[in-house]
Amino acid sequence: MALIPTKAFVADPYLDLETYQADADLMTLSLGPQHPSTHGVFRVVLHMDGEMIVKAVPHAGYLHRGVEKLCEKLSYSNITPILDKNDYVSPMINEQAANMAFEKIMNIEVPLRAKYLRTVLAEMQRIASHLLWLGTFAIDLGGAMGGGTTVFMYCFRERELILDLFEALTGCRFHYNTHCVGGNRHDVPPGWSQGVHQALDLIEARLAEYLGMFDHPIFVDRTRGVGTLDAELALELGVTGPLLRASGVDHDLRRDAPYHVYDLVDLKVAVASGGDCLARYQVRVEEMKESARIVRLLIDNLPAGPLSSTKPLNMVTQFKATAGQVYVGVETPRGELGTWLIADGKKATSPYRMKIRPPSLHNAAVIPYVLPGHTLSDAIAILGSLDPIMGEVDR
Amino acid sequence: MMENPWISGLVYSAVLVTVLMTAIAWISWFERKVAGRMQSRLGPTLVGPFGLFQPLADALKALQKEGIVPKDADPFLYRFAPPLTMALALGTAAVIPFTPHFLGSDLDIGVLYALALSGMMAFPIWIASWASNNKYALIGGMRMVAQGISYEIPMVLAALVPVVLSGSLSLGDIVEYQHVNGWFVLWPPGVGLGAFMLFFTTALAEGNRIPFDIPEAESELVAGPTTEYTAINWTIFAASEYGHSVITSALASTLFLGGWSGPWLPPLAWMVIKTSVLFVTITWIRWSLLRLRSDQLMALCWKYLVPFALMLLLVAGIWTHVRP
Repeated sequence: MALIPTKAFVADPYLDLETYQADADLMTLSLGPQHPSTHGVFRVVLHMDGEMIVKAVPHAGYLHRGVEKLCEKLSYSNITPILDKNDYVSPMINEQAANMAFEKIMNIEVPLRAKYLRTVLAEMQRIASHLLWLGTFAIDLGGAMGGGTTVFMYCFRERELILDLFEALTGCRFHYNTHCVGGNRHDVPPGWSQGVHQALDLIEARLAEYLGMFDHPIFVDRTRGVGTLDAELALELGVTGPLLRASGVDHDLRRDAPYHVYDLVDLKVAVASGGDCLARYQVRVEEMKESARIVRLLIDNLPAGPLSSTKPLNMVTQFKATAGQVYVGVETPRGELGTWLIADGKKATSPYRMKIRPPSLHNAAVIPYVLPGHTLSDAIAILGSLDPIMGEVDR
Repeated sequence: MMENPWISGLVYSAVLVTVLMTAIAWISWFERKVAGRMQSRLGPTLVGPFGLFQPLADALKALQKEGIVPKDADPFLYRFAPPLTMALALGTAAVIPFTPHFLGSDLDIGVLYALALSGMMAFPIWIASWASNNKYALIGGMRMVAQGISYEIPMVLAALVPVVLSGSLSLGDIVEYQHVNGWFVLWPPGVGLGAFMLFFTTALAEGNRIPFDIPEAESELVAGPTTEYTAINWTIFAASEYGHSVITSALASTLFLGGWSGPWLPPLAWMVIKTSVLFVTITWIRWSLLRLRSDQLMALCWKYLVPFALMLLLVAGIWTHVRP
C-alpha cells in the first residue's frame, strides 16, 4: 500500500484511470456531500491508490440558487439583500461590490463619509471572515473532538465581537443590507467607534494568545509542504486573494486598483513564498493584523457630512441606468470579487446581465491540481486552507 | 464461602465493573466540564446540579434510540464488536492493585496480561470497521490496526523497564517494590521518567486520543470505525474508549508512580489521585493539540520511540547489574 508517495507524483487532473498503474486496487471515495468537512455543500470524488489520492474530481452546484438570473429581474435597490447570501462569510463586501458597480454605471459619486465607513466595514468583515476560517481550519486539522474545537470556540468568540458591532450599526448580524446606491443606509451610532477600539483591543490581545496554539510542531508538520501551489499555475487558473499571495505573487486590489479610501491608508500587503497551507495561514494572520490597523486608523477620522448622495429610497424603481457596461473588482477575504454589469437601457431599473466573478470558484479550481499525491488527511487540510465558500461558487 | 475462588472472583468483578462503569459515566461528565472550561464555555449545566446527571440522560437517550444495523453490514460481527471492546477495556482492571489487598488476581504475568488485552483493542475496532461495510470505517479500521500494532512495541518496551528494575512481572510485586525503593518515575534518574513519558505517549496512541486519534479523525473519516454505529452500540464504544483511557492511566500509575503507595492518605486515595491526575492530563492534551497524520505517526513510532525505548531498556538492564 502506497501510504506515502514514494515516487515523484505529478498531479494530472485529466488522468486516465484505465491506464494508471496502481500499486493496489483503486478506491473511489466520495468525499461529501454527506461529510463533516464538506457539510452538504460540496463533493469531491477521490480516486485513491492506498491512502494516496491519484485523481480528485470536484462537483459543485449544491447551493445553486440562480442569483445572477434573479439579478436581471430585481430592481437595483432590491439586488443588494440577495447578494448578502452569496459569500455568507463576508456579506458586507458583497454588498459593496454590487453597489459600486451600480454607482459606476449611474455615475453617482459616493460621499467621503460613506467611503470611509465602507472601508472600515470591509476591513472588520475581513477580520471576522479570517477568524472563521482560522477556526474551521483548526477543526479540519484537529478534529471536532479535540484541540481544533478549542481554537474554533476562541475564534468564534472574537468573531461575535465584530458581529455585535455590526448589529449595533445595522440591526442585523449577518445579512446587513446596509449599502445602497450612492452611500450607506445606517450612520454610526453614538459610542460605536469606542466599541470598535475595545473589540479590536480584545481581538489583538487574544489573537496573540491562541496563535501560540498554532506555533506547535504538529501544526507545522501538518501544513508545511502540503498542498503546494506554484505561482505560475495559480496565475493560470485565475487564483486571487490570500491563496495567490501565499504563492508569492504580490497582488492586492486594495493597493493595486484602490477603491473606497484604500489609497489613503498605505496598505502593507502580506506575501509569503511557500505556496503551501502554512503560507496561506501566515498570509491570513498578517492580513487580520493589517485590517485591524486600518480600522483603527480610519474609525477616528470619519469625516463629517452626508452618508448618501441619493435620496432615501421611496420607490423600488428609483434608480435607473442608461445603456452601458462596467466592471468593478473588489478584494474580498477570498480574492477578487468581480461584478460585470450590463444595462441595455430598455429596462432601466434592473440590469440586463449581471455576471459575478466569485473568487472562491477560481480558488476551488486548484483542487484537481493540488490534491493528487497527498493522503486523505492532507486533502482535508488543503480543502480547509483554500477556504472556498460554496454560496458564491454556486451562486 | 469467600474461600471459593469462583464466588470471590465473581463478587470482586461485579463490584469492580459496577464501580468502573459508574466512574466512566461521570468521567465523561468531568471531561465535558474540563473541555467546556478550556473553551470558555460552561459544559453541561442543565440536568441536575452542575449538570451532574447528564451521563444518565445520555445513557437513557442512547437506549431509547433505534439501533440501526446497516443493510449491507454483517449483523453478527456488527453487534459483537462493541461488547468485545468493553470486555477488553475492563478486563485489564482485574490485575491492577487498587490497594494492597483489593485486586482481582495477582497474576504472576500481570504486566503481560494487561498489555496483551490493551494490544487486542485493535481487534474489535477492526471487526467493527469491517462489519460496517463502509469505506470511511474501513480506512479508519486499517489505520487503527497499523497504529495499534506499531505502538504496541514501544509500549511493551517501556513497560519492561519497571519489570527489569523490580525483577517481577506481577503488578502487585512491582508496587510493593516501589513502596520500599521509591517510585520508578524518580529513579534510575532520567530512565524512569523517560520510560514513564514513553508509556504515557504510546498509551495515548493505543487509546485513540489526540494527537493520535487518527483512526477516528472526525474531520476526515466522519467517525472512523464507528461511522455506522448508532444508539447503545455506539455508546458502548464511547464508554469503552473512556474506560480504556482510565485503565491505562491506572496502569501507568501502577507501573511508574508507585500505585497505592504514598504517605498520610489511605492507599485507595493515592491510587484515585494518581489515576485522576493522569486522566486530566490526557484530557488536557486532547483539548489543546491538533492531530498528526498517519504516516507521520508511523515515522514517529519507528524512527524515534522504538529506538528510544530500546535504549531505555538497555540502560535499565545495565543499572540492575551495576547497582543491585
